[in-house]
Amino acid sequence: MKKKTFPLIMGALVVLLVAVSTLGAGRLRANTSTAEGAAQAFFAKVRAHDADGAYAMVSPSSNIDKGSFYRDLYGSDGNLKTFSNLQQAETRVLRETDAEADVRTNLQWSTAVGAFNEARDIKMVKESGGWHVFWPAPQQVNLPPQVIPVNYLRWDIIHPRSGDEWGSQNVEAPRVRIVSMNAVEKDGNIIIMGEVVNEDTVPGFVNVSATLVGQDGKDLREESSFDKTSHTLLPKEVSPFRIDFVNITLKQIKNVRMSPNALLVPASADPVVGVLHQRIEKDARGHSVLRGELVNESGQTVNIPHVLATYYDNSGKVIWVSDGYVDKALLPQVPVPFSVELRDDVAPNVQTYRVTVNNYTIDRS
Amino acid sequence: MRKLLYIIAAIAVCIFAADSARAAELRVPQQATAGAAITIGTGGSGEGTLIVTGPGTMIKKKVKLGGEVTIPGEELRHSGRFTAILEGDARSFYIAPAPPAKLNFLARPSRVPVSQPDVISGVAFIFDNFDNLILQSTPVRFDLSVNGGSALSKTVTSKDGIAWLKTNSASREGAAQFVASVGNANVRRVIQLVASEPCGLRMKANRQGNSLMVETDPVRDCSGNPVPDGTIVTFIQTGGGQGRSTVDARIKKGIARATLPAVPGATLSVASGVVLGNEIRMGGGL
Repeated sequence: MKKKTFPLIMGALVVLLVAVSTLGAGRLRANTSTAEGAAQAFFAKVRAHDADGAYAMVSPSSNIDKGSFYRDLYGSDGNLKTFSNLQQAETRVLRETDAEADVRTNLQWSTAVGAFNEARDIKMVKESGGWHVFWPAPQQVNLPPQVIPVNYLRWDIIHPRSGDEWGSQNVEAPRVRIVSMNAVEKDGNIIIMGEVVNEDTVPGFVNVSATLVGQDGKDLREESSFDKTSHTLLPKEVSPFRIDFVNITLKQIKNVRMSPNALLVPASADPVVGVLHQRIEKDARGHSVLRGELVNESGQTVNIPHVLATYYDNSGKVIWVSDGYVDKALLPQVPVPFSVELRDDVAPNVQTYRVTVNNYTIDRS
Repeated sequence: MRKLLYIIAAIAVCIFAADSARAAELRVPQQATAGAAITIGTGGSGEGTLIVTGPGTMIKKKVKLGGEVTIPGEELRHSGRFTAILEGDARSFYIAPAPPAKLNFLARPSRVPVSQPDVISGVAFIFDNFDNLILQSTPVRFDLSVNGGSALSKTVTSKDGIAWLKTNSASREGAAQFVASVGNANVRRVIQLVASEPCGLRMKANRQGNSLMVETDPVRDCSGNPVPDGTIVTFIQTGGGQGRSTVDARIKKGIARATLPAVPGATLSVASGVVLGNEIRMGGGL
């Protein structure tokens, strides 16, 4: 009797587990019978790097080939998307009819430089009895083959050898100066911002650090500008900097000690990136953003552009510094749009602004 | 008789004492120079051990008393106060540095803008051939010249082994040769005199289709020196209803160039660092 009971129990358990897992999977699987469900399913495949599955959900009317679709999703030319992975996709239906729907998606990518948020309105179309994503082919400007002569400068350094006599000369670090500084309190944090200029005739690797000194004269915190600045400054180049101290108020501090540190480094004077048609606008959510276009005026691809924006009030004081990475590479002469967020409480006081571009190029150290 | 014996004994003691005193007698040189041999005279007879100590030196020799001991120059390379000890007797003597033969020259800074007062400093430390600092006052000559231009030449007397000079930077850019010399020894340093801030920054603009080519005149400082290539010049276009456009161009062969969109009614301005240049308002002609 016992010999028969045990296999029966085990068989029933297997059937039960299979049933539970099937039901669970069915619950987890997005409901593709709705536009929003289909959009969720599409981005789930993107997140799982199932490019074939995601492409299968793209409407044929999009007229996009698989290669272009893949490059648009996962990046190309060594741009930021090539170092990214989709973490989260929030969808919201803006409009839906029987045949098509507009879905607003807020995508969060984890990238090599931190979280990257992308808002994208996608169109869903109902074809062959199911919802499909209308994914238009990205517009690409193909430049005619040409030779762009580039003879920009490069600075190299010869350091003294270890065997040189005592007192032998070394090349000095570049002279840099903080030309403006402003400390504000926002949301319970202290933000130190300003501008630093390389006054020398050689390039420098510059790092701005700040120390908060408490009311008792003791050092409270020390932070550096990290990526909220241009570290490599060419001669006479001005860069903004921003240093964030979280969870501390201005009342707690007596003063701030600033120290710009500069090192002489080998550097190249290219590429030159133009920032065109800059304007402050409201985005789809009603928030202030600074938009414009980046144009690489050199012949070399800039893989990851980093935009830094400095905002001034009517007295010329720096009142905010914001930054943002662009997920597209800057190909020579091809304009690429950018958008940098601006705090809504700061926007009304902005009289003018200045945009600079950091660039990261893979095939150059 | 007993008195005579006392007198004889006293004479013998005196002779013995005099002989003992002669045995410890040392004659050290009054003047000695580093790297040169010295001779130390001894008194007495028999053998003894001569010890000579001084800065970085410890010499021990078995000597025959009553003669002279020569210590070769290669064993006396350091200057300073020395002590010779022989059989309980000690004498001090001084070894002076040899004539000036080497310089250590600190020239600062390595790079400096033109026409700045008291920005270049040179400090020379004078040594002999054996690296002894020469504390005696010594004239040191400083020469500073740029590309065959007018040279500064000044002689400074050292104090405690150091001579120094502070001077202005020349008005002409280039690699300044800064030379310190004493006797046959000289040391050369290079101080790069670089152009100062741009002065009278001016640009012009030419329309080419939908673009605007902007370029500066040759960028120079107030002394007429060309501002180094690679210096950032920012072209700014505002107004005209198409937002603001900026290009951080680099000076190349003395001129900075950039391409901006052609926007009628826009205003163009140019800046380098904290220096502003002229403005151009785009009218019908552009």
